[in-house]
Amino acid sequence: MEDYIIRVENLTKKFGSFTANDNLSFFVRKGEVFGFLGANGAGKTTAIRILCGLLKPTSGNIEVAGYDVSRQSNKVKKNIGYMSQKFSLYEDMTIKENFRFYGGIYGMSGKAIREKTEHYLHKLGLEKEKNTVISSLPLGWKQKLAFSVAIMHDPRIIFLDEPTGGVDPITRRQFWEMIYEAAASGITVFVTTHYMDEAEYCQRVSIMVDGRIEALNTPEKLKEQFRVDSMEDVFIKLARGQQ
Amino acid sequence: MKGFIIKEFYHIFRDVRTMVILFGMPVVQVLIFGFAISTEIKDAEIAILDYSRDNMSLELSNKIISSDYFILSENLEDESQIEKVFQAGKVKEVIIFGDHFARNLEKEQSASIQIIADASDPNTANLLVNYTTGIIRNYMAEKMGEQGMPIEIKTEYKMLFNPELKSVFMFIPGTITVLLMLVSAMMTSISIAREKELGTMEVLLVSPLKPIQIVLGKVIPYVVLSFVNAITILLLAFFVFGMPVQGSVILLLAESLLFIIMALALGIFISTVSNSQQTAMMLSMFALMLPTILLSGFIFPIENMPEVLQWLCNLMPTKWFIIIVKDIMLKGVGLAHIWQETLIIIGMTILFIGLSIKKFKIRLE
Repeated sequence: MEDYIIRVENLTKKFGSFTANDNLSFFVRKGEVFGFLGANGAGKTTAIRILCGLLKPTSGNIEVAGYDVSRQSNKVKKNIGYMSQKFSLYEDMTIKENFRFYGGIYGMSGKAIREKTEHYLHKLGLEKEKNTVISSLPLGWKQKLAFSVAIMHDPRIIFLDEPTGGVDPITRRQFWEMIYEAAASGITVFVTTHYMDEAEYCQRVSIMVDGRIEALNTPEKLKEQFRVDSMEDVFIKLARGQQ
Repeated sequence: MKGFIIKEFYHIFRDVRTMVILFGMPVVQVLIFGFAISTEIKDAEIAILDYSRDNMSLELSNKIISSDYFILSENLEDESQIEKVFQAGKVKEVIIFGDHFARNLEKEQSASIQIIADASDPNTANLLVNYTTGIIRNYMAEKMGEQGMPIEIKTEYKMLFNPELKSVFMFIPGTITVLLMLVSAMMTSISIAREKELGTMEVLLVSPLKPIQIVLGKVIPYVVLSFVNAITILLLAFFVFGMPVQGSVILLLAESLLFIIMALALGIFISTVSNSQQTAMMLSMFALMLPTILLSGFIFPIENMPEVLQWLCNLMPTKWFIIIVKDIMLKGVGLAHIWQETLIIIGMTILFIGLSIKKFKIRLE
């Protein structure tokens, strides 16, 4: 039996008569970079919010990091990190203060926070900027800092909800390098994205259409299956087929 | 939790707008009132209607006019002129001597003077009457010493236009109420809405923090600052206006704390129904500020309002708090007198906390 860190079985979420997630089932392996793709309104954000414990599912069994999401949400929360499409550091606080605050809400000790802060600032080459307020930094740096902050408490899984929206290609590239590094250190990465070239970076991707998962495999296999050259074409074929 | 509170203070102290609203406004408001309402009288214009015109009435008139407080604007001939001089606006007080002033004093040891004051400015009216009766009492004492016989000058005063002298010192309880409401409700609702707008609220909700910790972390800094504000206003009231707290200061502060918590609960409730800072600001403005000022009795006496509005006033927490502050500060009453108002505010607090917990949960569903 393989070592799955996210198990989703028959997840359904309804808002009134609208079904946002229709009987989803999928498994994510430990240490994997898992791409969660879909058009706007396909139900990606709803699913990711359920996995993070922000929403309660209407029905289904969901286990994240070995805990049941509906009944043990607090244990789940301790083991995950989250970075939303909205940029989530406090603009009016310095880099150091942001690290201290986010470390604090995850219950890290002052010493651990200082060590992690040093570590990430060194890695990003921002040691001199540690007392700079976030609002005066360029967007690319903020994004990388937000990611560092999201994994500073060593979560077992990091959920990234469209982390690269509005960022230039070079920064996106660097950002994905950070993602790989995190995955190499054993953190499972669950990422939603709009960019199909990014889908190629993922080890496995699932594609959602209208609340259902229509395809789930490695990018290579998917391209083979749909007899196309790029993920973009896979995506378009799936979305067309639906209409 | 501690980190959360520290973070909240960073937000407050680094935002110029927030700082101005928090600390600039109370001081400025209280000082504006301080200069707008003068508590000292100098050279107030008066008119005298003297039916006696004898030596004693003239002597007393001269005493009054020669004091620094009053200037004689005109001598009146009969009562029909009184209304006119008041309406002209310059004259603030009319002193009326009845017939045979001196003879009454000598023969009957008693005479009377009537003082009429323009109480549309109640503060000034009150001071004028007090100064005038003071001078008359001095004169009485002098005469008694000279003639060795007990005489009595009865003074009777009448406040024109505003007989009950409403709003004397009314502005301090009103200012405290408005400011606490503004700082507590508006600032918390805006600060929570800001986290939602920036997306940081989601990150907080994903973290192991419990919703109650998030709310407390948001609220505690504002409780502290509002409390500091309340104390500042009370100190200003005392040093600038010489307005002492007649009742128990501890009771007053405890009631203020209760009111602050009520306003904060209201602020959280507002933030749960608004998703942006703008909405939160507008809601606070229209749902809180205007009713607070207009329907609390702060500026317009509730008794003079149409019945429908009086009913609405009862729904305003501020109305009850103004009554509490006034009673403690001016009348010096204890809890026994204001328990009903206190209960109403406690009830409102529970209601708002309940509503916001319910709303907060729905968001997480």
